[in-house]
Amino acid sequence: MTKTRCTDQVILDLWHPLAALAEVRAGVVVDTVLLEERLSLAIDGKGSAAVWRDRADLAEGSLVDVAAVDGKLPVKLAYGYIWTSLGNPPADLFPIPEFDEPDRRKLNAATVGVNVSAPRAIENFLDMGHFPYVHTDILGAEPHTEVKEYDVEISVDRDEILATRCRFFQPMASTTSTEGADVDYIYRVPHPYCSVLYKSSPVDESRLDVIAVFLQPVDQEHVRAHMMLCILDEENEDKVIKRFQQTIFGQDKPILENQFPKRLPLDPRAETPIRADKSAIAYRRWLSQKGVTYGVIPAAT
Amino acid sequence: MITLYDYELSGNCYKLRLLMGMLGVDWTTVPIDFYPGREHKSEWFLKINPLGQLPVIEDDGLVLRDAQAILVYLASKYDAVGTWYPRDNPALLGEIGQWLAFADGITGTASAARLHDALFYDFDVEAARAGAHRLFRILDEHLWFGEQEGRDWICSASHPTIADIACFPYIMLSEEGGVPRQDYPAIRRWCDRVKRIKGFTVMSGVFPAGPAKAA
Ligand SMILES: N[C@@H](CCC(=O)N[C@@H](CS)C(=O)NCC(=O)O)C(=O)O
Ligand SMILES: [Fe+2]
Repeated sequence: MTKTRCTDQVILDLWHPLAALAEVRAGVVVDTVLLEERLSLAIDGKGSAAVWRDRADLAEGSLVDVAAVDGKLPVKLAYGYIWTSLGNPPADLFPIPEFDEPDRRKLNAATVGVNVSAPRAIENFLDMGHFPYVHTDILGAEPHTEVKEYDVEISVDRDEILATRCRFFQPMASTTSTEGADVDYIYRVPHPYCSVLYKSSPVDESRLDVIAVFLQPVDQEHVRAHMMLCILDEENEDKVIKRFQQTIFGQDKPILENQFPKRLPLDPRAETPIRADKSAIAYRRWLSQKGVTYGVIPAAT
Repeated sequence: MITLYDYELSGNCYKLRLLMGMLGVDWTTVPIDFYPGREHKSEWFLKINPLGQLPVIEDDGLVLRDAQAILVYLASKYDAVGTWYPRDNPALLGEIGQWLAFADGITGTASAARLHDALFYDFDVEAARAGAHRLFRILDEHLWFGEQEGRDWICSASHPTIADIACFPYIMLSEEGGVPRQDYPAIRRWCDRVKRIKGFTVMSGVFPAGPAKAA
């Protein structure tokens, strides 16, 4: 196997997202970067895809027959994205059963380049404390600033972090909101660089909207953040739904890019527990236990 | 009513939302899926603006493109007090025009760097950043000398003009393109003054002014 710049075998063996299928033209080469390696990808529009290491005879924008590409990397099409791996990936990607429910809107809100490590971005995604300050009058508002007690567990059989019983007052929880409401949240971290959140749907109180962030590590301090929506909304055009999510992400972006250090410190003493709350502490511990070194500052041993 | 063809993360669109907010005029938004949808290059939008660019407004049957041109129009039509674009002051109008053109230069550099980093535009990012620093240095010096003379705004007036509005957004968003502002203290102080103008609004990536500094 070709030598990679990233030497973290845990990360190399994962599936990583590269692009939203809806945004790739069939039969045309697209270039991207994963873990500092230049890759190319193409789809045939009939359910097949190929990912390979960038090479001169298949330049970005050129036409390609997906079936005829040799030297392919592993590939998986899931949740509206094309995924690959630079190591030996597991057979399956983490499950999101809601994705198969036919009445949901599924779209890529955007893929955005962010100057931050993937773990820092995951940690921000898990933090409800910033809602009233960063997403003022959308996902939070003063005086409702308190993060109430919630539960966090590391599920051993599923190998993922699960935060439940989270609740937050939100003036405008989604495109379908008509008024402020107490919103229930569940967070999952089923992959070191991916997180899936579930929140109360304003249109059906028995169901939850699903929003995921899939981070493509470009290098240790840059990601492409793919934002997947899988929500209940029969009213709004795609572009209105995307705009809502991009507005929120655009508010997070400067916060993420100003994190220092850019890599996530895993030493429990490195940052004060106020910044690293319960789910963040569990996430850091889980990364440590897995032996992740890419995008983090490992704890001294 | 004014119609604004708008993309939330566009600093050029924000210029207009900002001025309309300060003038207290209402508008309706037509959201354009600039990214990832590239709706501004769609056939229907090219009929409205053959340049395929945002922003565009429609008002009373008039269709206008270019943020700076639209600022001129909005201030001329809707600013009852007439300070944002003072039509009776030729020297000041000349100055405003000069800095409006400068603002488009900021779009061509600082905004280009941001589009490269955040939305993967295929631009020469090093050239864009260098160009932004060159413009920022010029503006910082201009503002610093102004402060020595008791002038708070870009143009020679005791009040802000549309030149301040045109320059503000992509300066505030410059860090997203890898253009830090720590070497431009006069720009930073001016940004703070802009944020305190009555009717100021934010966009994603721009935060409100902090609490006023104690005297
Ligand atoms: N001079 C124009 C520049 C506008 C501009 O660059 N708009 C961007 C969005 S913020 C755009 O539509 N770019 C697409 C393109 O130039 O093709 C203005 O100030 O309005
Ligand atoms: Fe956020």
